[in-house]
Amino acid sequence: MTLRKLTTALLASVAMTSGAFAADLRIGLQEDPDALDTDQARTFVGRIVFESLCDKLVNITPELDFVPELATSWGWSDDGLTLTMQLREDVVFHDGTAFDAAAVVANIERSKTLDESRRKSELASVESVEATGTYEVAFKLASPDATLIAQLSDRAGMMLSPTAAAEKGLELSNDPVCSGPYKFVERIQQDRIVLEKFADHYDADSYSFERLIFLPIPDTTVRLANLRSGDLDMLERLAPSDVAAVEADDSLSFTSATSLGYQGITVNVNNGARSETPFGQDARVRRALSLAIDREVINQVVFEGVYAAGNQPFPPTSPWYDATNPVEARDVDAARALLEEAGLDGISIEIQAPNNPVQLQLMQVIQAMTAEAGIEISIKATEFATMLSEQTAGNYEGSQVGWSGRTDPDGNIHSFMTCEGGLNDSKYCSEEVENLLNEARLSTDAAERKASYDAANAILREELPIIYLYHQTWLWAMTDRVQGFTAYPDGMIRLSGVTME
Amino acid sequence: MLLFILRRILIAIPTLILVSMFVFTLQKLLPGDPILVMAGEDRDPEVIALLRERYRMNEPIVMQYFYWAADVLRGDLGVSLRTNEPVLSLIASKLPVTIQLALMSMLFAILIGIPAGILSAVRKGTWVDWLANLIALSGLSVPNFWLGIMLILLVSVNLGWLPASGYESPFVDPWKSLTTMIMPAFVLGTALAATLMRHTRSAMLGVLQADYVRTARAKGLRGRVVILKHAFRNAVLPVVTLTALLFGELLAGAVLTEQIFTIPGFGKLIVDAVFNRDYAVVQGVVLCTAVGFILMNLIADVLYVILNPRLRTAQ
Repeated sequence: MTLRKLTTALLASVAMTSGAFAADLRIGLQEDPDALDTDQARTFVGRIVFESLCDKLVNITPELDFVPELATSWGWSDDGLTLTMQLREDVVFHDGTAFDAAAVVANIERSKTLDESRRKSELASVESVEATGTYEVAFKLASPDATLIAQLSDRAGMMLSPTAAAEKGLELSNDPVCSGPYKFVERIQQDRIVLEKFADHYDADSYSFERLIFLPIPDTTVRLANLRSGDLDMLERLAPSDVAAVEADDSLSFTSATSLGYQGITVNVNNGARSETPFGQDARVRRALSLAIDREVINQVVFEGVYAAGNQPFPPTSPWYDATNPVEARDVDAARALLEEAGLDGISIEIQAPNNPVQLQLMQVIQAMTAEAGIEISIKATEFATMLSEQTAGNYEGSQVGWSGRTDPDGNIHSFMTCEGGLNDSKYCSEEVENLLNEARLSTDAAERKASYDAANAILREELPIIYLYHQTWLWAMTDRVQGFTAYPDGMIRLSGVTME
Repeated sequence: MLLFILRRILIAIPTLILVSMFVFTLQKLLPGDPILVMAGEDRDPEVIALLRERYRMNEPIVMQYFYWAADVLRGDLGVSLRTNEPVLSLIASKLPVTIQLALMSMLFAILIGIPAGILSAVRKGTWVDWLANLIALSGLSVPNFWLGIMLILLVSVNLGWLPASGYESPFVDPWKSLTTMIMPAFVLGTALAATLMRHTRSAMLGVLQADYVRTARAKGLRGRVVILKHAFRNAVLPVVTLTALLFGELLAGAVLTEQIFTIPGFGKLIVDAVFNRDYAVVQGVVLCTAVGFILMNLIADVLYVILNPRLRTAQ
């Protein structure tokens, strides 16, 4: 056989063997998840895997309403201090043990007491949990907490097999045992996570794939190349710059949902010596910077128009968004006037931003825009882990960061804007805002809560400890053979009813 | 010979200790707090305090080093801060991947670089020499990441011949393992092939001028015998050292190549670990790399002795 014939034969057989079984769904992830233990886990990407691996007490709809999952119904006591949940009776964990109220108690206790648990703050309001029946459980609260249902619709509400958790301890993260539609098979760090269908799942018929293979591929170009070459069936977090290419490709489709989070510039207003600048001390300077920015143009230029311009902690698609105060138009003259009012001819500000091309491009556009109003921004490109510690230490003037977002509005604002909030790196502190945000936590009446958030945001709009810029949009791309996928604003991949032709 | 090897191993021990101290200190000098990264987006203060204690971050750096070194001597490299997996088993699972990649790249490099070097030396000044030099220069100049992405777009997306990225162990599926490795090994091998070619060429040129080559020719030996048996055998010595040293360069190059082709090897492990401030993993990987370098140097020296009879008698 000549070399050419041999090569042709080899390549032909490669082409034939590279297709996987139709029963597999191969999903490209942007990062490699961290520990696969719902109590120890901390990354967004890990939640995507948990969505198929673990059932939660409560689920959400794309419109952010809460719907039953493991809990069939729930109700609050009149004083708002007891939450009682009825549970499904036909659920088993992947190790064959049964799910019941005792399992819920064990899970919540593990989340609250395990040293390594990252769920403690999410369940801080829960004083105790009791099994009030075989399939009924009661959460006793120290004070009313409107956010609890939302917490139980995420990792804090995901149920691990108590038997497996007790047996494996921290090692559970290398072999997680839940009750979800898919069970854990293997994980090779930085390469793949394989799950296979759990035949005894109560809703097994809704899940059509035999195996799920999650492949972390951080480079967006390579991730898309894998989808186009048929090595992936779908991917999450398509880059906005690739949307056009996906649209132009007949064999691919894409779907999107505005995220629950935001991106903005956090300003050091009260965090150590570096807050002692006009930018940190005078809200007029911050308003000037905000007015000098055209958020729509940013969206068009940097994000191909697929994201959403923003001026609040909640995206325009959220029921908590204050529609009476939409994004302001750019007004350079007003910005100059504000600077003058503050007694400034011009000002230089240093803003740190994550060291990646997209965020730096964003900052460069902002830099050009504010320069026209007399605000000179110097961009300090900083690697993310460093940025985080500079921020907590107060060693910054402004910091371009964001938040991935939570289902309950409290998660997007309370820790950032209350005086002792764990994520309050600007160290902004206002008694009025603090009271409003605390009140919003206590009430279970949505209209009442919304009024509190609107009032708090009206103050924050003037004070601007965070200058909100935009809301990211989750983008999923898939081959057109994947049918029935629904986009959720939490960025998860829910596979109930999804099929492959 | 055995004594020679033993002596070299003994000399390596202080080197290793110095390397580990150096890396340990450098890492701590890196800005960014690993505990903040580990605590996750919510940064629960209670969690942060517990983690700081668990990983002994409150103690002075000297003490931290001694704790770590004592564990290493007991064969325990610690656990990954990110996933709880033991560092030793992580390294054990990643090392074969990178070694496979490095060996295949080396094979590419040797197969292309050495013959091209010999050829261009023998045909010095002709179009063959010129072409080989041009290819070598492009091999050196084209960045790995660019060549990698171009190859993925051409070979995987447009032609659909090879998988775009990923990895399979040769023990699970040898064929798939080979197909996923061809492109990365080629990309990583090109720059090396160029270096090897340039060095083989200059070594050959030097040797071809030597008296004994002229003598061999005068004896009436065939051209091929003169070049391969007399000239190349002598020219290959510096090339062997170079190849062994380049192996270290391969490990460094693998960092980038593994990122592009999403190969779960050593390079990707260390890059992800640095970004996550996963100190235990960085430390373990660097220690293993240092051991690898020392071993490669040792092998080069041993090969030298085998290839060069004069050194053998000096022993």
